[in-house]
Amino acid sequence: MDLLPVILTIITASTPLLLAATGELITEKSGVLNLGVEGMMLIGAIAAFATAVSTGSALLAILAGAFSGALVASIFAVLTLIFLANQVATGLALTIFGVGLSALIGSNFVGVALEPLPKLNVDGLSTIPILGKILFNHDVLVYLSFGMIFLVGWFLSKTRAGLILRAVGESHDSAHALGYSIITVRYLAVIFGGFMSGLGGSYLSLVYTPLWAENMTAGRGWIALALVVFGTWRAGRVAFGAYLFGTITILQLHVQGWGINIASQFMTMLPYIATIVVLVLISRDKGRIRMNAPQCIGKPFHPSK
Amino acid sequence: MSLIPQFIPKFVLETRVEVSNKWVILSPIIAIILTLFSGIIIFSLMGKDPLLALYTFFIQPVTTLFGVTELLVKATPLVLIGVGLAIGFKANVWNIGAEGQFTMGAIFGGGAALLCNNIESYLVLPFVLLLGILGGAFWGAIPAFFKTRFNANEILTSLMLSYIAVLFLSYLVHGPWRDPGGFNFPESQLFSDYAMLPVLVENSRLNLGSVFAILVVLLGWILIARSIIGFQLRVVGLAPAAAHYAGFKHSGLVWLSFTISGGLAGLAGIAEVSGPIGQLLPSVSPGYGFTAIIVAFLGRLHPVGVLFASLVMALSYIGGENAQIEIGLPAAVTGLFQGVLLFFLLACDVLVRYRIKSSSFISGKRS
Repeated sequence: MDLLPVILTIITASTPLLLAATGELITEKSGVLNLGVEGMMLIGAIAAFATAVSTGSALLAILAGAFSGALVASIFAVLTLIFLANQVATGLALTIFGVGLSALIGSNFVGVALEPLPKLNVDGLSTIPILGKILFNHDVLVYLSFGMIFLVGWFLSKTRAGLILRAVGESHDSAHALGYSIITVRYLAVIFGGFMSGLGGSYLSLVYTPLWAENMTAGRGWIALALVVFGTWRAGRVAFGAYLFGTITILQLHVQGWGINIASQFMTMLPYIATIVVLVLISRDKGRIRMNAPQCIGKPFHPSK
Repeated sequence: MSLIPQFIPKFVLETRVEVSNKWVILSPIIAIILTLFSGIIIFSLMGKDPLLALYTFFIQPVTTLFGVTELLVKATPLVLIGVGLAIGFKANVWNIGAEGQFTMGAIFGGGAALLCNNIESYLVLPFVLLLGILGGAFWGAIPAFFKTRFNANEILTSLMLSYIAVLFLSYLVHGPWRDPGGFNFPESQLFSDYAMLPVLVENSRLNLGSVFAILVVLLGWILIARSIIGFQLRVVGLAPAAAHYAGFKHSGLVWLSFTISGGLAGLAGIAEVSGPIGQLLPSVSPGYGFTAIIVAFLGRLHPVGVLFASLVMALSYIGGENAQIEIGLPAAVTGLFQGVLLFFLLACDVLVRYRIKSSSFISGKRS
């Protein structure tokens, strides 16, 4: 059996998860739980798709996807940080809103076909047998997903700004007492989360399918949320988790090709079942979660309290 | 870092000593009004006459008796699920998977109905309903077990279980439970009359399920407002530390919240397939399980409030259908309205717990 196409599709399936989880990692590290990833991804997906269809520009499409994700994330930021709304409820509202708005805009784009993003060929490298295909023959978003998770890992552990972000997430009262603006840090972290979710959504509609369909994220935003827990808020482990889930998603597509006869619905269930299994396995160790989870996650900050 | 000060007007939020009961009631009403105003903007952007669109969306559907009964039919599952969710949300137990529990209720109860399709007995319906409730409660018990035993986040597990339940139903109606005489459509046989909820108003789909909904509102109200369990739920939600010192077991409340809300969602599911639908289909819910989350918040996590909120959200469903037929609005407008309404509600709710004070300081620097 030829493994090369399988590996290539695994990269395609993992990239949207990695992009969205990278954003949520920063958001959660600042102490904010944004459950609206699914909604932001959908908004990003339709914005990117609509832009690609109307302008034909891949760059504009990617930018539109990312910035529209950031835009709807700012609604979440204003509601939770300034209006002190419950983060769980607001995140759910963002997802419901995203599903509705994307379906409304997308009703004009159902059935429209799109050329997928061009692959970036590096002269000399892309033509190396096998390795060249695996490493040097992808679209720009795949490289960006690797670059961003690396950057985020470095930012969190090695930079002063990363330290401030973590301080805000660990103890907002102490960080506030030290003179840092909790609202500013969290606002930027939420916006970054929306930006990355928007990119993840763009990848789905520009590369993965490339089509628009209502609810096309099919729970990937929620899986991205689970990945952050799975990775115990560490960049490297989050990336590993994204690729693990990408692999599961792709394996279920290939299993039937290998002559194993299981109803397709059960195969489609696999990523969701896997999400539950890994959550249970990781969370079992309460101490480990408590050690790694940002202490202020989900708690509103109000200085007078 | 100078981005934010322009963003925050010069006001501060001062914590109220007690929650404002006035704003608990006013906030949803203001949110609904603001949603209607944004409806005018959305309809205008879509090139429709906004007033005509609002009329076809929110008034025309309930100008006939049939329209009113349809409103109640759509509100019934929302009430059943919403009351259950409200109980859990009070204790900060987040069951987001009601859609899955609803579907499991339809599968268990619907399976019972198919099994008894040749039995002519009045015991069939109670058996079908009971299995529906058990199916939903079972599906709700899984995240409760993972939460209490393994500390797994119930939001994510209950949501993942929704996808699994919907896929399982799809498997059943495409496979083993497909009607052999159904021209290969993915549908089960029609349920026999003994498995169906009796219709209350002739020539309508209004059925006994709506009576269950009223009963559940009363029972839920007694549970939350008048029982020791309801007291514990509220204390756990408002003051977890106090609840801990008082010796209230959190895991017990997680189990209770999930089995009650799961069972009620299951009842809603079986009432839907044994009521308006009458058979199992690949999709048995237009997202009731998610809309019920909005219903619970809009109804102030109070069973009586949930009843009113369900009517509002049910109107958005039948209004959306009507507007699709009459003026060609895409069905997705309904979902958009629901999301916008929840946003406005959450924003207005700030006034329940805080008082707005104008301030000469720039926020963030001083408090």
